[in-house]
Amino acid sequence: MSGTPEKKNEDGYGTTGHEWDGIEEWNNPLPRWWLWTFYITIIWGIGYTIAYPAWPLVDRATAGLLGYSTRGEVAEQISEFEARNAELQVQLASADLNTISDDAALFNYAVQGGAAVFRNNCSQCHGSGAAGAVGYPNLLDDAWLWGGTIEEIAYSVRHGIRNEQSLDARWSQMPAFGADELLDEQQIVEVAHYVLQISGQAHDADLASAGAETFDLECSGCHMADGTGDMLGGAPNLTDAIWLYGGDEATLIETITNSRFGVMPAWSEEFRPAGGLSDSEINAVATYVHQLGGGQ
Amino acid sequence: MWDYVKLAVLGAIVVLAAIAANYARDLAYQVHAIIILAAAGGLFVWTLRRTGEARPAPETGYLDGVVRAGVIATAGWGVVGFLAGTFIAFQLAFPQLNFEWAQGYANFGRLRPLHTSAVIFAFGGNALLATSFYVVQRTSAARLWGGNAAWFVFWGYQLVIVLAATGYLLGQTQGKEYAEPEWYIDLWLTIVWVVYLLVFLGTLMKRKEPHIYVANWFYLSFIVTIAMLHIVNNLSLPVSIFGSKSVQVFAGVQDAMTQWWYGHNAVGFFLTAGFLGMMYYFVPKQAERPVFSYKLSIIHFWALIFLYIWAGPHHLHYTALPDWASTLGMVFSVILWMPSWGGMINGLMTLSGAWDKLRTDPVIRMMVVSIGFYGMSTFEGPMMSIRAVNSLSHYTDWTIGHVHSGALGWNGMITFGALYFLVPKLWNKERLYSLSMVSWHFWLATIGIVLYAASMWVTGIMEGLMWREVDAQGFLVNSFADTVAAKFPMYVVRGLGGVLYLTGAIIMVYNLWMTVRRSPAKAEAPAMAPAE
Repeated sequence: MSGTPEKKNEDGYGTTGHEWDGIEEWNNPLPRWWLWTFYITIIWGIGYTIAYPAWPLVDRATAGLLGYSTRGEVAEQISEFEARNAELQVQLASADLNTISDDAALFNYAVQGGAAVFRNNCSQCHGSGAAGAVGYPNLLDDAWLWGGTIEEIAYSVRHGIRNEQSLDARWSQMPAFGADELLDEQQIVEVAHYVLQISGQAHDADLASAGAETFDLECSGCHMADGTGDMLGGAPNLTDAIWLYGGDEATLIETITNSRFGVMPAWSEEFRPAGGLSDSEINAVATYVHQLGGGQ
Repeated sequence: MWDYVKLAVLGAIVVLAAIAANYARDLAYQVHAIIILAAAGGLFVWTLRRTGEARPAPETGYLDGVVRAGVIATAGWGVVGFLAGTFIAFQLAFPQLNFEWAQGYANFGRLRPLHTSAVIFAFGGNALLATSFYVVQRTSAARLWGGNAAWFVFWGYQLVIVLAATGYLLGQTQGKEYAEPEWYIDLWLTIVWVVYLLVFLGTLMKRKEPHIYVANWFYLSFIVTIAMLHIVNNLSLPVSIFGSKSVQVFAGVQDAMTQWWYGHNAVGFFLTAGFLGMMYYFVPKQAERPVFSYKLSIIHFWALIFLYIWAGPHHLHYTALPDWASTLGMVFSVILWMPSWGGMINGLMTLSGAWDKLRTDPVIRMMVVSIGFYGMSTFEGPMMSIRAVNSLSHYTDWTIGHVHSGALGWNGMITFGALYFLVPKLWNKERLYSLSMVSWHFWLATIGIVLYAASMWVTGIMEGLMWREVDAQGFLVNSFADTVAAKFPMYVVRGLGGVLYLTGAIIMVYNLWMTVRRSPAKAEAPAMAPAE
């Protein structure tokens, strides 16, 4: 296990004289650039910890000469925009939504701000393009469950639908005709075929005509005698091609049998102390949704 | 006498496991109790059949059986881990692969910890076990201390892996990244790890060399520090002795800080220090050159282990963590740059005078690329720890790319190099079955890593910029779903990178298998340690 200290490499350094399983080590010095870079990072580190909050003491840490804090940095960036938008922000909170499009600057601000609110809070269910998904209404078309005027949209956002947060949430509930045994299976199939008929789809004429009477007795109270629905109760129009859960026979039977109970949260900060929307944000997002194409 | 003690202990474990299986409060716990029952029962029968039999005299050469087992486990778990990783990469690109029938077992959330634990702890851990047992014997000229204790460490560690993996699939987790296994697995790992430490230390203490070789400093720092990190981060109270769930001792930001003190040093001491130990033995052996600088190895070793332990808070920039802790984490990370690079310099410069081997020896090529990726990720890491950079990179795929250039490039490639070195030696073969297959493995793995890292840099920086993009009035421009949709093509590229890397590993397994089966045996007997 003896080394060979007399061995020299091309720079004239020998080995340490130790050997392990045939492995030797050169006595090369530390590379200069490596050592100096190491020193420089240490010096930089000392300087940085003097400039920024760093060293823990007994009951606090050093604050740093620059007075920097991460929260302060964010607050500064936010307040810069807030100062710039302050005037529009005040106007928007108390704006008359019906005439908001007359003020070009305010309208533009509301649409841009509303789009951002929508991306953060609404897109998870309604899609980033607002085209909706099964169970979540498409906000681009002109079919509205609870009303598509800008004021109605703002109300839906503020109070939500079928939730426990706001006492003024929009509320209605379709009975589960099958599960609660209000109709038997045959009647449900008949009604489904009647709905297929009034929505202009392929149907069995005998079943549909048998379902017409049941529809008149059980369904027309909310969906209206002609099936065109009623926005006061959030009852969808059954005569068009737009379906929240699906308009095929199987889905219709499922809907009639077990009902549906779609919930939307109440978004106002009044009902959501952490993370709710302010009045101006609600106005903004209502303006944004209203101008997407389907607003009434 | 010793056999009777073993029989009594194993019998007691069988009975207790049966009781635990009966009273189990959740499925994962019950399955684990049955696995433990089966393992202890099997060992009981095996021990019983050997009791009273005459034993062959203890061998005096190196204990290489456990190293061979470790090599096989490394290769096997490696393929499993890479396969899981490739599959979940495609799950992210094509969510339909989260099959409805497999919900709750094989969806992304269950498979992700399976992948990370399989590659880090099963593949990397077995590589560290096998190489540390091999290296400490060779560089100490001593047989492993503790008789069959090394075998206990090996099988005990495999049990940890099996329990962890089955637990993940059945939904058992304590929700700490890289420390997901629940309390009883943690306790068992602690026992196994302490025995590992004793075997390693015992072997060092009876060494016949006057000095301890640098590789063993790194291995020892890895074993000691992992023990400390594991115990502190897993301090928890079980809700029931018959259930999986436990409650962490720390709460809130203290828990987060403990977790990332653990998490970052799992990178620092498991994936860096341990693998540097590997590098310090196999690179000079394969290159047949002396290590570049003894001084550098001392300085960078102490600087590395002193500095790494402070770097964890950089995982928690811009969170509830106080700013002072975040600053210190960042500063220590940046100062860590040169100590990390000391290992790279020592590895690369060891080849000076032997660079021509790069043309002829694909194993050396693998080791050099590995050291290159080590240098790259240990530069990238300090850079990403800088608060301003982190505000862009954090939570994005850039982090995933960074981790994988280190894991696939550094840890993977150095392990492959070590396996190619070890298998002919351990099975007493003249040479590897096929060097051209090693070349194929090298290029598939390298291109795979490039595809992986490059695609993740692109998506990472893209999504970081999309998240922070605001218009002139300060309003957010993109929704989160927009950023997900924009990443799709790069997710496919990343998955393809994984396919290449996995293919290379399968070629390696075949090559190693054929080396054992077909390569001509070496003429002379393997060198044995001096008789004790």
